[in-house]
Amino acid sequence: MLTRFFLMGLDRKAGLVLTVLALLAVLVPVMTLIVPEGSPWHVSIFTVSLLGKYLCFALLALALDLVWGYVGILSLGHAAFFALGGYAMGMYLMRQIGPRGVYGNPILPDFMVFLNWKELPWYWLGFDHFWFAAIMVLVVPGALAFAFGWFAFRSRVTGVYLSIITQALTFALLLAFFRNDMGFGGNNGLTDFKEILGYDIQAPGTRVGLFLATIAALALSYMIASGIIASKLGKVLVAVRDTESRVRFLGYNTESYKLFAWTLSACMAGVAGALYVPQVGIINPSEFAPASSIEAVIWVAVGGRGTLAGAILGAVLVNFGKSYFTGALPEFWLFALGGLFVLVTLFLPKGLLGLWAQLTARLPNAKGPNAKGKNAPNGNTADQKGM
Amino acid sequence: MRRALRWLMAACVAIATTSAALAADLRPLVQTMGSGGYSGTEKALNQLSDAGDPAAVPVIEALQAGDLYVRKADGLVVIARKVGAGYALTDPLSGAALGEAAAGAIDRIKVNNAMRRAISAALGALTLMSPDPAVRRSAADAVFKSRDANALDALNTALAKEKDERIRRAMEQARAAVILTAGASDADTQAAVATLAGRGDRDALALLSMIAASGASDTAKTAAAAAVATVEQKLMFWGALQNLWYGLSLGSVLLLAAIGLAVTFGVMGVINMAHGEMVMIGAYTTFLVQQGLRTYAPGLTDLSVLLALPAAFLVSGGVGVIIERSVIRWLYGRPLETLLATWGLSLVLQQAVRSLFGPTNREVSAPSWMSGAFELGGLTITYGRLWIVVFAFAVFAALLVALKRTWFGLSIRAVTQNRPMANAMGIRTARVDALTFGLGSGIAGLAGVALSQIDNVSPNLGQSYIIDSFMVVVFGGVGNLWGTLVGALALGSLNKFLEPYAGAVLGKILVLIFIILFIQRRPRGLFALKGRAVEA
Repeated sequence: MLTRFFLMGLDRKAGLVLTVLALLAVLVPVMTLIVPEGSPWHVSIFTVSLLGKYLCFALLALALDLVWGYVGILSLGHAAFFALGGYAMGMYLMRQIGPRGVYGNPILPDFMVFLNWKELPWYWLGFDHFWFAAIMVLVVPGALAFAFGWFAFRSRVTGVYLSIITQALTFALLLAFFRNDMGFGGNNGLTDFKEILGYDIQAPGTRVGLFLATIAALALSYMIASGIIASKLGKVLVAVRDTESRVRFLGYNTESYKLFAWTLSACMAGVAGALYVPQVGIINPSEFAPASSIEAVIWVAVGGRGTLAGAILGAVLVNFGKSYFTGALPEFWLFALGGLFVLVTLFLPKGLLGLWAQLTARLPNAKGPNAKGKNAPNGNTADQKGM
Repeated sequence: MRRALRWLMAACVAIATTSAALAADLRPLVQTMGSGGYSGTEKALNQLSDAGDPAAVPVIEALQAGDLYVRKADGLVVIARKVGAGYALTDPLSGAALGEAAAGAIDRIKVNNAMRRAISAALGALTLMSPDPAVRRSAADAVFKSRDANALDALNTALAKEKDERIRRAMEQARAAVILTAGASDADTQAAVATLAGRGDRDALALLSMIAASGASDTAKTAAAAAVATVEQKLMFWGALQNLWYGLSLGSVLLLAAIGLAVTFGVMGVINMAHGEMVMIGAYTTFLVQQGLRTYAPGLTDLSVLLALPAAFLVSGGVGVIIERSVIRWLYGRPLETLLATWGLSLVLQQAVRSLFGPTNREVSAPSWMSGAFELGGLTITYGRLWIVVFAFAVFAALLVALKRTWFGLSIRAVTQNRPMANAMGIRTARVDALTFGLGSGIAGLAGVALSQIDNVSPNLGQSYIIDSFMVVVFGGVGNLWGTLVGALALGSLNKFLEPYAGAVLGKILVLIFIILFIQRRPRGLFALKGRAVEA
């Protein structure tokens, strides 16, 4: 049953994505750990972490594409789920520091000692176990998304209104996590991690391990997402995207379908955040900023909305550009990012993958874009009901 | 009349002669300040204070500032201020210049902490007699704060002479505070309690509750406790009013920020995420206008805010028209794409301003008629805030008139309600679209002029308002200007009433959660459009 589910989603595109991921999973560890440092084929440990970060963003973009590309819910608050997952992992890593903090308190993290707290708040209990933190990485974003979606979808808040209140949600969380008395480190967030599962978090081996874990999470999420899209459930989701009222009149409970995709997407975003934190070494409230949610939307738009593979491609490309330009031409980056938003929406409504499909369709002997374009959104009909 | 004048002249002469006589008496006292170490100085200080002559004020002030010295050559007490390598000497009483001296030729008269308190008490007592009413007033307030029993005699003397009603009241309150602190007969205490209850602010409350809890006599205690109750009630009333005023003030800021959005988002249905940047451009235009006036017409600087209004409207409106023609018109009917494209534009505009003006805050100074404050009962109202409230309502009224009573407004409404029909009636819909968007952006520019007075003019100015503006419009109901007004004022007041209990940040979070929940109940806002326009 499960195998069939996964196999169903395996088309040519999925095969390509999984092959590339598998190649990365083999080549990068070999080039980092085995190839000697002087060799031109050597990949530095810094690059591995950078790649891992991109892949975490790719997972976030994949989660976003699932709801935006296939269900038509434009979330401007997915960074909230990402950051919540990150905080859950960060809390585990904080507890692992133990007495090695600046103040040497075996139980309380440094910032609590600094604030003169006497004991651990109840919501920190349990985070010294990895399994508990791992469950929380899924449960906290999932529960928030479920509660939020439960209310929002049943009240039939749609389109732009939904986008704006998702933005309000992440903004409220941003303000909340900035407060010192919330017990999440306030402005500085959680940082100074020492080890994960007993391994030194700075060691090259651990870094490669985290990179592999990210690839595994991304591949699994991709298979789940494409499995869903190919299933009957996926057809209903796409139908909801295109005309929700018609699907409702046909007797489907559209709210439940939306809620399922929404919650699943939030869990994926949480996993992405949890893998992101040990690789960059810090989580702070700025991850909740509405701007970062909107930036994630543009990754999806650049790669191609409603293509899954496009989301991954867009996230990696845009973030690579960001790393490059913020280093080389810092002034230029915001112009480039802003321009990207405008140009992609005006000229590339289907993103890079859509462009590729268009170009191959022009060639006389190509098989045609139908196989690929099948699931691509029909932008106009999908969005008109927004207003 | 003439008689009164003669009396006045006689009084002046009398005062002049006595003060001259006193000045003669003061000289030996001042001279003794320089001898006998701390205790000698303190003794002389007390005598100076007891003499009750305002002429001694500069001496004591110099002592407080550490400018009072003894000239080593002849032991004369002088005021010395550093000039270049040496010190310029002046006579402490007459203020006559006494030449210069090297640093080694004079000795500072040292002051310790115990004396500092005596100094401020002495200054308070002496300034009570000052001919300047403002000085007397602040002296009375200083005594009220210090509650120094030594000042009682001076207060009584000053009260006997005081003619100004308000200063008299301040002095009586100060006297009451001194009496209550020092302890006195029941009758005096009760009179003092009554006076303080009349003052009715937080300081009075603190003092009264101290009396109510202290070891004073029972009658005094009960009187104080009753007074505490009345004062608390009064404070609560004024506190509520003050909160209402703050709420109105914040509400009008929200209204200003949101009202342009009510046009672009509410009327046209365009999600303009670059709205905040239009506000920012308005603020920067104000800055430029002010800089220009400072350079070319310094006399007009006070009017810069007024001159900036049309400039900001035109600049922001112009940018709005360009944006509509170049980007937004291709995206009508695709609200989510519009959202992304305008977000991109907002990034570009922010970075452009950052590159042009730098990332730091720019200084926009308030004109003289917008600075200062006045008191209304227990309320303190700053002119700046008052003008912003007035301005917000004026803009709202003007927009309402423009939409309901002008040809342009009629075209806007026609295009909104039925585009093909409006087109068929000969309205150039494309032009109306551009101008409507320009109008909304221009109003955002006007908001920028007002916000430049109360917020930092920086490239991030718009960012801090964009989410609030959207909340206001969505809460009030899209497509309804009155909804925007009510939404802005309601959210502003809610925020300010939550603040004392929950703190600023938590208050804001609660408001956001409230809006999220509210949207669930009424997905179309407070004043939802009914009928066909809903599905359009």
